Amino acid sequence: MVLDDPAARPAPQARTDAPWRHDVKKEDLKVIGKPIRKVDARSKVSGLTRFADDLTLPRMLHMKLLRSTQAHARIRHLDVSKARALPGVKGVLTGNDLPIPFGILPVSQDEHALCPDKVRFVGDPVVAIAASTEDIAWDACRLVEVDYEPLPTVGSVHEAAATEEPRIHDYGVRGNIHRLENLEFGDLAGGFAASDHVREDTFFFEGNTHLPMEQHATLAFFDRDGKLTVWSSTQTPHYLHKALTRVLHPLPAHHIRVIACPNGGGFGGKSDPFNHEICAAKMTILTGRPVKIALTREEVFWCHRGRHPVLMKARVGVSKTGRIKALDFQSYLDGGAYGSYGTASTFYTGALQTVTYAVENYHFRGVRFFTNKAPCGPKRGHGTPQPRFALEVLLDKIAHDLGLDPAQIRLDNLAPRDSLTANFLRIGSMGLGPCIQKVVEGSSWKTRRGTREKTADGWIRGYGLACSSYLSGAGLPIYWNGMPHSGVQLKVDRSGLVTAFCGSTDIGQGSDSVLGWIIGEVLGIDPLGIRVVTSDTDLTPVDLGSYSSRVTVMTGNAAMQAAERAREIIARGAAEHLGVPPSRLVFADARVFDAEDPQKGVSFADAVIAAESRYGTIGTVGSYTPPKTAAKFRGGGVGPSPSYSYSAAVVEVEVDPATGVYRVPRIWVAHDIGRSLNAAVAMGQIEGGVYMGLGEAMMEEMAYRDRTHKGQRVFVHKIPSLLEYKSPSTLEMPDITTYVVEDPDRNGPFGAKEVGQGPLLPIMPAVANAVFDAVGVRVDEIPVSFEKVFAALEAQKNGKPGRYGPDNVPPVDFGDSLKVKTPWQGGDGTAWNEPKRDKKAAR
Amino acid sequence: MLRLPTFTFHRPKTAAEAVRIKCDHGNEAMYVAGGTDLYPNMKRRQQTPTHVVSLGEIGELRSIDVRKDGGVSLGAMVLLSQIEAHPYLRQHYPAFVHAVAEISTPLLRNMGTIGGNLLLDTRCTYYDQTHEWRESIDFCMKKDGAICWVAPGSPRCWAVQSSDTVPVVCALEATVDLVGPQGARSLVAGELYRDDGIQYLTKKPEELLTRLHLPAPGGWQASYVKLRRRGTFDFPVLGVGACLWMSGKTITKANVRLGGAGSYAIPAAETEKALVGRELTDEVIAAAGALAMKPARTMDNTDLDVYWRRKVAPVYVARALQACR
Amino acid sequence: MTDPGKVLATFFVNGERHECAFAPHKTLLEVLREDLQLTGTKHGCELGECGACTVQIDGVPVLSCLVVALEAVGKQIRTVEGLADGPTLHPLQETFADLGAAQCGYCTPGVLMTAEALLRRDRCPSRDTIKQCLAGNLCRCTGYLKIFEAVELAAARLRGEPAEPRKETIHGS
Repeated sequence: MVLDDPAARPAPQARTDAPWRHDVKKEDLKVIGKPIRKVDARSKVSGLTRFADDLTLPRMLHMKLLRSTQAHARIRHLDVSKARALPGVKGVLTGNDLPIPFGILPVSQDEHALCPDKVRFVGDPVVAIAASTEDIAWDACRLVEVDYEPLPTVGSVHEAAATEEPRIHDYGVRGNIHRLENLEFGDLAGGFAASDHVREDTFFFEGNTHLPMEQHATLAFFDRDGKLTVWSSTQTPHYLHKALTRVLHPLPAHHIRVIACPNGGGFGGKSDPFNHEICAAKMTILTGRPVKIALTREEVFWCHRGRHPVLMKARVGVSKTGRIKALDFQSYLDGGAYGSYGTASTFYTGALQTVTYAVENYHFRGVRFFTNKAPCGPKRGHGTPQPRFALEVLLDKIAHDLGLDPAQIRLDNLAPRDSLTANFLRIGSMGLGPCIQKVVEGSSWKTRRGTREKTADGWIRGYGLACSSYLSGAGLPIYWNGMPHSGVQLKVDRSGLVTAFCGSTDIGQGSDSVLGWIIGEVLGIDPLGIRVVTSDTDLTPVDLGSYSSRVTVMTGNAAMQAAERAREIIARGAAEHLGVPPSRLVFADARVFDAEDPQKGVSFADAVIAAESRYGTIGTVGSYTPPKTAAKFRGGGVGPSPSYSYSAAVVEVEVDPATGVYRVPRIWVAHDIGRSLNAAVAMGQIEGGVYMGLGEAMMEEMAYRDRTHKGQRVFVHKIPSLLEYKSPSTLEMPDITTYVVEDPDRNGPFGAKEVGQGPLLPIMPAVANAVFDAVGVRVDEIPVSFEKVFAALEAQKNGKPGRYGPDNVPPVDFGDSLKVKTPWQGGDGTAWNEPKRDKKAAR
Repeated sequence: MLRLPTFTFHRPKTAAEAVRIKCDHGNEAMYVAGGTDLYPNMKRRQQTPTHVVSLGEIGELRSIDVRKDGGVSLGAMVLLSQIEAHPYLRQHYPAFVHAVAEISTPLLRNMGTIGGNLLLDTRCTYYDQTHEWRESIDFCMKKDGAICWVAPGSPRCWAVQSSDTVPVVCALEATVDLVGPQGARSLVAGELYRDDGIQYLTKKPEELLTRLHLPAPGGWQASYVKLRRRGTFDFPVLGVGACLWMSGKTITKANVRLGGAGSYAIPAAETEKALVGRELTDEVIAAAGALAMKPARTMDNTDLDVYWRRKVAPVYVARALQACR
Repeated sequence: MTDPGKVLATFFVNGERHECAFAPHKTLLEVLREDLQLTGTKHGCELGECGACTVQIDGVPVLSCLVVALEAVGKQIRTVEGLADGPTLHPLQETFADLGAAQCGYCTPGVLMTAEALLRRDRCPSRDTIKQCLAGNLCRCTGYLKIFEAVELAAARLRGEPAEPRKETIHGS
């Protein structure tokens, strides 16, 4: 939007030391915190929300992908002639048509839209076919002849560590090691020496997937003006735009438009640029007709990018009173076939350990392997649920070793507010203490735990507690640049309509509504009257996307800045009109009026007219860039965030001692959200997170079939269906008592922090801890499935340790650690050594 | 979207007409009742009839009749949800109604029929997959392939009997009516099934199952206990159907069938033997239950661990017996 | 696959007649979405494993992905588009919107069609009845609790009670 006379505009108000108004009193807020309906609620309950597969265009073709039937193989020969000849087939693409590799992170551009020479997992796309109907496209795929030369399959971290050749990729550290990190903060040896009790355990967290109800879909159209539009179920239209620009070279970036449709659930699973999106774009360019692809449920499992399977070894040293003196943590990530966000995932298995509890000395080693599985990536909690599970169970064990209350040991170790952690993460507000107190009181933790009370049917009750923290958006973008992470434009016109343009994407979490609430609060108007235009790379300023719980804080702050600037202009116009100084004007209830004489005022629309008459067309912008990070060492870019949220949960289980079957009747959860922007919607995020955590805890897993027959190994996802990949139904959902704890943070809009991911995190360890409380056995593995509880009970019965879990990690040479002095050692955030790196195999 | 392959759709008005159409098209044709089993299989190309004979228009298959002896006869097209809601069935056949209510989901039970459930295709996690998935294992002997992945050395298919009602109707010794080109015949339910994952029915393909006859109530107690991961959606990985005939407190006859533990509802013969002539005490139940581990031929082709399912079979059999008290 | 050609049939959807030519192997789900442009009905698996495609046939909620469209000819079909009365939302739609029972909104049409059928036969369903009734509709966003509460609130309003959401539902404990 162009200002007619910028010079005549009032300058934007200088930011105070509380630029995001975290200190505003609750009673002074009209919109924020109120249970207002989401801006898109009405269309969602009416079936009118247009998801990607709901779109059609005239002359539209339907596309299918032929995917690899081999886990790891070279493509010897590919013959598409019969498919091409099938009546109704309009276009066929192979790897040769899309030779440029891509990937979400600049450091791992390792994917091809269609495999040119080698397939890396069952499900890897090889050919794309567009036809007049989906049936014909499917039939045509069956006519493609692919001659594969099988390669040895790598199926686990142990196999990957033992397999130098063949390499799944020709880049990475060495062999099938994709990433290797070794970071040391403080004096580990000293920390352990000063400990009164040291405990070490090995844990495993099986991979699981997002399972959004909507299967990914994309519609692409290359129009007669040579411009490409791609509508897609993506959480990250900006990154998809970047990937398309790369692979469709030389099509200029400004000829590519990505529109993210409302996502039918994302949870991180629609955050990568995907093969089907790129193929649809290429296919419409090739055919000149609109091209749609809607994935089957099985294909959604192939897209995956879900939770990494992680094997972990953790060693904790504590004082007599349970204070953590040293933590040595190793994680072994099974990354699947591609890089995806895996570099970040690897760091995330280490980065946030210090944000929940104060860790004096910390050593993190992480390694990510390539394997011949569907690629792993970011799922709700990205890289942090696995170490959180390990640490929370280990802390529970330590509490029992020392005879301490597991709640108290946590309260005694809380990371201090307004502090720097051992790895230089800056904590602001910190409400974990009140969270623990809430769930402890609500569940009657002190009197109920350890009682092993029996139910009417002879099952045994137990209670488990766990805590967590999560970031409110990543402090750095995924590609290096100095631009804002989020931008918002506001158009305000004489009708009183406010339109907000922003690149953020609503995946059901309510990001469109966040824009409405914040702008509504600042301008004193009804959020449901605001028009929100989002996630369209042609129309909306860049927002990096709906991932890492960044939208509320980053989009919110950008929206707040844009709204405050609009308020300035409107106030100036209204002030002259009313003969009142601008500073005395109040914006509320769709009016602008004198604080000292509320009768004296105009409607919001009239105030806009007054301003527009004076200053011309009104448009403002706001943008947000997170604060600079304190961590300056290599690898310090993952973990920093404007703020951290905190959660605590108590889970009640009832275990059948005869079978190991258990149920979860009740959960108490508390979440420090900073400030709740909308109570009802925040509640929904917390409950949804608990639900998803419970699914991970009890049943969800990416299980693989691994069979060898006549020398040929078959390695394929065992259960890629909604029936056999088990997710909790209405009948598994417990009663949840939710506590919303508000500890406003200075970096968030009105003090808000994230809520979308954090509340999932404590559930898995709390379930494991509750099973122990009930029947005295430890399942050091997620999911805590019935069979594992049974196996641990059997072991206990036979006089062995009542434990089920892994007992070793693969041998990996992590090399020398990068050493960083902690803040309390006088460190400045830089490393004091330069460890040798094995560069030989690195590209 | 997963779509159905093309086929010609027939909608006969009588059972005889349905049989005739089926005979006309031989192996190319299949009957469809509620479609909740066949259509997913067709979408995954496990079954690919080019003629589908719908039984939806055949009114004679839709009735629930209470016989003079108090027993009940159900037409094959009676919906599962109708059974759940039927007051007489609820009162006199709680175990059967419970088994029906345990099938899949309420939505599916609004479509699925009792006939369809009795003839449910055997299931296997190597078989109930899309064409594309099965291609990645080079298929299996139940469809398009040569071997049984569950037991590659085996000459037979080990797909699993997965209907919830079958263990109960077998235990009850209910009977079924079949109509074929040669006329009608009746079978005791247990005789309808064979111990093979592919040829799991003794019924000829062209024969149409028309009715299920439940024995008159009185003199027996039945139960059904189901093991699965979730309270809904999931097929049984173990479904125990039990029926005990009593004289006073003494068991005179016992039928205990294990569903989800083999290619047919396996009789737990030693369990049955251990019950006859005894009273249903805790000790007898525990001892009889413990004998159920041997016949449970669990295989690694369903949800949940194969060894665990076998180990807990005695517990679930015991619970089924307790429910008969 | 040979070209199956098309058949002509009349569907009654949401009280309106729709004449429609479609391939005879299509499911009701496909005809609704692709031939009648009623895209409110969703799909999540096409195998009867999620409930996203639930519509009502003669008042009974069924999985439209497993209904051959030809079998629905002549029957009364109701989809989410037919739930509101003109501009007036159904009480279930109001409570789903107000409580945030629709997050991403993808399972919502199916959940609404299942719940509406429940409320027609049970004016005062218990929490357990609601859970059992919705046990065929998967939702990955909400954890179901807001859905249960929205059904309860709508039931109360349909009974004519001036019901409001509980404080714990909206603000937590």
